[in-house]
Amino acid sequence: MRQDGSVVISRRQFLLRSASVGAGLTLAVYLPACSREQQQPEAGPGKAGGESVAGTGFEANAFVRIGADNRVTVIIKHLEMGQGTYTGLATLVAEELDAAWSQIQVEGAPANAKLYSNLFWGAVQGTGGSTAIANSFEQMRKAGAAARQMLVDAAAKKWAVPATEINVRDGVLRHESSGQQATFGALADLAATEPVPQEVLLKEPDEFRLIGTHVPRLDSGAKINGTAIFTQDIKLPGLLTALVAHPPRFGARVGSFDASEAKEIEGVTDVVEIPSGVAVLARDFWSASKGRDALQVSWDENKAFKLGSDELMAQYKALAGRPGLSALSQGDVASALQAADTSLEASFEFPFLAHAAMEPMNCVMNLTREGCEVWNGEQYQTPDQNAVARVLGILPEQVKINMLYAGGSFGRRANPQSDYLVETAHIVKAIGAKAPVKLVWTREDDMRAGYYRPMYFHQLKAGLDDSGAPIAWQHRIVGQSLMTGTDFEGALVKNGVDVTSVEGASNMPYAIAHISVELHSPDIAVPVQWWRSVGSTHTAFAVETFIDQLAAVAGKDPLEFRRSLLSDHPRHLGVLELAADKAGWGGTLPAGRGRGIAVHESFNSFVAEVAEVTVHDNKTFSVDRVVIAVDCGIAVNPDIIRAQMEGGMGFGLSAALSSEITLQEGRVLQSNFHDYEVLRIDQMPSVEVHIVKSAQPPTGVGEPATPVIAPAVANALYDVTGQRFGKLPLKL
Amino acid sequence: MIQLSINGSSHQLEIDPQMPLLWAIRDSVGLTGTKYGCGMALCGACTVHLDGKAVRACVTPVAEVEGKQITTVEGLDSRLARAVQAAWENREVVQCGYCQSGQIMSAVALLSVNPQPSEQDIDTAMSGNICRCHTYVRIRAAIREAARSLDD
Repeated sequence: MRQDGSVVISRRQFLLRSASVGAGLTLAVYLPACSREQQQPEAGPGKAGGESVAGTGFEANAFVRIGADNRVTVIIKHLEMGQGTYTGLATLVAEELDAAWSQIQVEGAPANAKLYSNLFWGAVQGTGGSTAIANSFEQMRKAGAAARQMLVDAAAKKWAVPATEINVRDGVLRHESSGQQATFGALADLAATEPVPQEVLLKEPDEFRLIGTHVPRLDSGAKINGTAIFTQDIKLPGLLTALVAHPPRFGARVGSFDASEAKEIEGVTDVVEIPSGVAVLARDFWSASKGRDALQVSWDENKAFKLGSDELMAQYKALAGRPGLSALSQGDVASALQAADTSLEASFEFPFLAHAAMEPMNCVMNLTREGCEVWNGEQYQTPDQNAVARVLGILPEQVKINMLYAGGSFGRRANPQSDYLVETAHIVKAIGAKAPVKLVWTREDDMRAGYYRPMYFHQLKAGLDDSGAPIAWQHRIVGQSLMTGTDFEGALVKNGVDVTSVEGASNMPYAIAHISVELHSPDIAVPVQWWRSVGSTHTAFAVETFIDQLAAVAGKDPLEFRRSLLSDHPRHLGVLELAADKAGWGGTLPAGRGRGIAVHESFNSFVAEVAEVTVHDNKTFSVDRVVIAVDCGIAVNPDIIRAQMEGGMGFGLSAALSSEITLQEGRVLQSNFHDYEVLRIDQMPSVEVHIVKSAQPPTGVGEPATPVIAPAVANALYDVTGQRFGKLPLKL
Repeated sequence: MIQLSINGSSHQLEIDPQMPLLWAIRDSVGLTGTKYGCGMALCGACTVHLDGKAVRACVTPVAEVEGKQITTVEGLDSRLARAVQAAWENREVVQCGYCQSGQIMSAVALLSVNPQPSEQDIDTAMSGNICRCHTYVRIRAAIREAARSLDD
């Protein structure tokens, strides 16, 4: 693909790769240098998906390619949606390869689960759950180390010296005593003839030169000068833009439609019915938009979902009055509640939430005799290949996916039903594949398409003994299951309990003798989906504001109360104390200003946040300062971790302060950023991030900051006003 | 026939006079650095300069901008713009990047009329540009840094 986003369609030689089974080593066959297509497009994300190959050089394995031009291309199996994975994964390879950072470039991997599966997800290729660095940490380092070994072996032969006497630094191999030296590029052809090592030695953490340092992002330049290519920017000869008229309620279908006026619009080429609505295709967006406006559709709403959020919440509250399926039962909660000296109850309501990524969902698809080619901010390769293939009647491996930059996702692009890809495939099929199609959702389409963070209702009861120590904790959660009906159901729904509905509650860290966590998972026809930090989006708020309430009833400082209950959880304690210390916990604040604290583990990372808020005239409030402490194991790129803490916190704050999807008689009331409000710069607090030094394996950073801010802010508001909050978004 | 002057080049386009400038830039002229985010001037992803001032291209009909100088992110080349882009890179502002063309266009427009903005000025001028990655603290820092570098 060229800089302008147009795609040069030409025959390419697909690399003959095969997976080898080794001790976690995904080394595929290496390719000897051979005559390859000379026209070498610039490597980079979205640049034809990992099959462009340097004119000469060698492909050490499925992740590393070294060109005679001395460029090192790292093939990245995870989607770059802002979280910095292109930089992070490339860092792992460069570290063990001892490459110079300036010679590193990256390419998005093609869809091929044999080579590029998420090692935490079995045979599924995809990005999510804050797993990119965590699942790849050894794999990518081994890929780099194997390529390094092949270069060293090649140099040893060429120079007739022992391999053990060769040093590698910044992309140069040296043999000190003979004075020989060579770049990677100069040795690439020779290295290609070396056998792939089956065992490689990895560096000890104290030998890291890139990991733990500020390695600059590889995607900054293109995203600053406007040349970065997103799905929205793809151009193909004859490409048609498709907009779809969707039904106003979930579960409704097309009854009948009149396309005569739509077809009158200049530029409109086709109007076709598909299962999810009526698609209008045109030579450009504006024509398609006018065509869709002119379309007359009557909807069959016999099977449509017609309840509102209020009715749903009433049902959920009724359900919470009855015992649910047990997610955790420890001790005897009922007796302990009876025996308690003081008891306390609270309930919490959470709305549906849209992901509202800046780039609304979109997809480009071209079906030819050879198969289907997809251009997408691709987060979920394996399920998407299967779903598209099913619609088009082809084999999954005939669905070639170009993974482009995604303009945000927050979970949305890994859709369990591959919804917008399937919609695109139906359009392509409906027009007889006569042209490539770009499906564009407007903001309104995106916001009303469902796949929301579900609504939840939580009810909690707790009892304290006469010393103020909690002895009983009962937590009942009501809300739709995310995992039922997805590829993850087998692994994540146990005895009817979706573990992602209760995560953060069933593994609540505080030492309380008698605990029960129960779940109701009503089957509601509103499509729902994981949303940045998944179950923790609601459980962290319930647990961390309720524990604050217990502290207040016990007459203890919220920090001290938590500390007294966390002695078995050193990593929780570590971030809690670090955040409190850096925030100046306990220090005096001006009138109207207060502090709140919260700590939470998600995706095996630990985050504590201290929020400072100011209440203005008892009516409004601002969040002025947030101090974050994170323990995510080895900090591969501390600056990207800081960015994810800032941004992840902001994403959670946005929902805490203002975002809410509301249904009324089955219709989604919100449509765009005027009524689905999100955080703007004038509401963003100052943020400080502190990273705990750790030698533990790296864990996720994309999500763990998100769930911690809402309880920290609610607790800070209590500090000022004495008011508790049973509902998000927070309103004074 | 609509005549648009974009980044110093003149374009004769057979398009609907009511077509928003955003789609003329993207679909008719083929410059894709300017992004679609909302279509209602709510998010700022489509921000371009019209005679140096920031406007939302998604709600600006092309008929209204004939004869005016339109600048998109691809056309930025002033010392000020380069300072802003350098600060953006130095501060590692970008995450997903989709809103950043618009953020940069708004930042350049701000500094061109207010070379030493206060924190309040920055927040006010930039509050029309949404970033769902929440890169806001770095946007503030980059604008401060660009202002400082231009003051030297």
